[in-house]
Amino acid sequence: MAEEWKRSADVVIIGAGIQGCSIAYNLAKLGVKDVVVIDKQIPTAGSTGRCAAGIRAQWGTKMNCQLGLASLEILENLHEELGMDIGLHQGGYLMVAYKESEFEQLKKNVALQNSLGITSRVVSKEEAYEICPTLSAEDAVGFTYHHRDGHADPFLTTIAYHKAASEKGVRFYKFTECTSIKVKGGEVKGVVTTRGEIDAPIIVDAAGPYSQHIAAMAGINLPLYSERHEILVTEPVEFGVCPCMLMSFSGNYYIQQRPIGSIIAGCSPEGHPEDYSLGNTWNFLEHMSRVIVRLLPKLGGVRVVRQWSGMYNMSPDKQPVIGESKEVKGFYISAGFSGHGFMFGPISGKLLAELIVTGTSSIPIDVLNYDRFERGELIEEPAVV
Amino acid sequence: MTEEEKERNVIVCRCEEITMGEIRDWIARGYDTFDELKHILRVGMGPCQGRGCREIILREIAKMKNVPVSQVDPGTFRPPSKPVKLELLAKKEGGE
Ligand SMILES: Cc1cc2nc3c(=O)[nH]c(=O)nc-3n(C[C@H](O)[C@H](O)[C@H](O)COP(=O)(O)OP(=O)(O)OC[C@H]3O[C@@H](n4cnc5c(N)ncnc54)[C@H](O)[C@@H]3O)c2cc1C
Ligand code: FES
Repeated sequence: MAEEWKRSADVVIIGAGIQGCSIAYNLAKLGVKDVVVIDKQIPTAGSTGRCAAGIRAQWGTKMNCQLGLASLEILENLHEELGMDIGLHQGGYLMVAYKESEFEQLKKNVALQNSLGITSRVVSKEEAYEICPTLSAEDAVGFTYHHRDGHADPFLTTIAYHKAASEKGVRFYKFTECTSIKVKGGEVKGVVTTRGEIDAPIIVDAAGPYSQHIAAMAGINLPLYSERHEILVTEPVEFGVCPCMLMSFSGNYYIQQRPIGSIIAGCSPEGHPEDYSLGNTWNFLEHMSRVIVRLLPKLGGVRVVRQWSGMYNMSPDKQPVIGESKEVKGFYISAGFSGHGFMFGPISGKLLAELIVTGTSSIPIDVLNYDRFERGELIEEPAVV
Repeated sequence: MTEEEKERNVIVCRCEEITMGEIRDWIARGYDTFDELKHILRVGMGPCQGRGCREIILREIAKMKNVPVSQVDPGTFRPPSKPVKLELLAKKEGGE
């Protein structure tokens, strides 16, 4: 089944994770005919297939609230739009604060969220225990909750975009690695891959943990790096022990139960070191187990069946880098999601496609251009770890 | 029912109840690696961890792509880890 190699295209996207697949689908939907997506592996082999796929609108800046809510709205209708189930479960995110200052911030966030149409609220401990029947958080000082938050299946969501994009004529080449980018006179001209070259006036860097390496091939210095995050999954238990996503910034954890019954839990590495390896540690396994058993004591007898790790692509202000390079015309970037690239994928892919096709986007994202780092205009988002 | 239809109805992955027809349809759409089929259909993720279905699926991929089975990527194999209870892991030395 030798597939035909396209020697030129209108747009070449590097990376078939949630970002690349969402951008490709949205470009095709906007009528772009000749879109090619290359991936050095298979779709979802990067961070996307390793993530917890949590989705929330509980953010602390206006832009992130807008993006989070817009993404939620897309996800709520995605099965219908793409014709494939994406495993969406909206059990809400229950945010847990252990410090007064943290709770104050969460309350401010809720006020902002409410002003933007997000129906999040502060909940009492009694309510929190109703939302999460097996929760024990006596040391917590406060909780906030938004019932539309939740999680999805990262494989199904990405494949749904991938399949719908293919049906609209997008070409996907797997096992095809980008090795260099052709730039001439300040404009991008095409990509060189392990399987041949493709000429294109527009290249999109959606290479996840490796996006800064791809940018460097075009002579662009992106201040991004990647760090390893570990995660574990248990055997399935009766659904309902943790119907919401439990999340705490100061507690440094997130815990969810997938509809199939397994508990998935993870935390951030201490000190956030740069790390491109994908190893697993005992330290994480023991630490995470302690956290789970302390929060959900009834789960002590549940077995961990698997642990793995994946990378967060981090930016200096933990906000994504989206937009066209001002140094190399035609070079677009969608990276630096700092651990939130799954939930933003549906909306960021749509906005970047709009930007490519029309030059503007329906939600303004100019501030997400990487030139903000040079100007020192970092975005202050209080709702990240 | 034709032979083809009968074959399509055969359950290939018993743990996840996936038929040959479903597998053939996804391979025909271009999802022709074991890992892609696993991500889409959960084949190989059941209690038997693919012992019951992996070989049949790899053979089907090879047949449809017209390549020898040895050229089909067997997929990431996660050795059957020994499941350990959370409370045991939580009680390890050096607790908080
Ligand atoms: C443990 C963990 C938990 C997470 N939990 C959440 C969560 O709950 N919610 C959330 O929103 N986000 C979460 N994230 C973050 C999320 O996974 C990422 O932000 C998101 O998947 C990024 O998608 P992407 O498409 O940009 O990157 P990726 O999925 O990494 O895709 C990039 C692709 O580019 C390909 N590629 C790289 N280099 C090349 C090259 N040279 N040539 C060709 N192809 C190349 C790779 O093979 C890969 O398929 C989590 C991440 C981890 C690791
Ligand atoms: S038969 Fe497919 S996983 Fe058991």
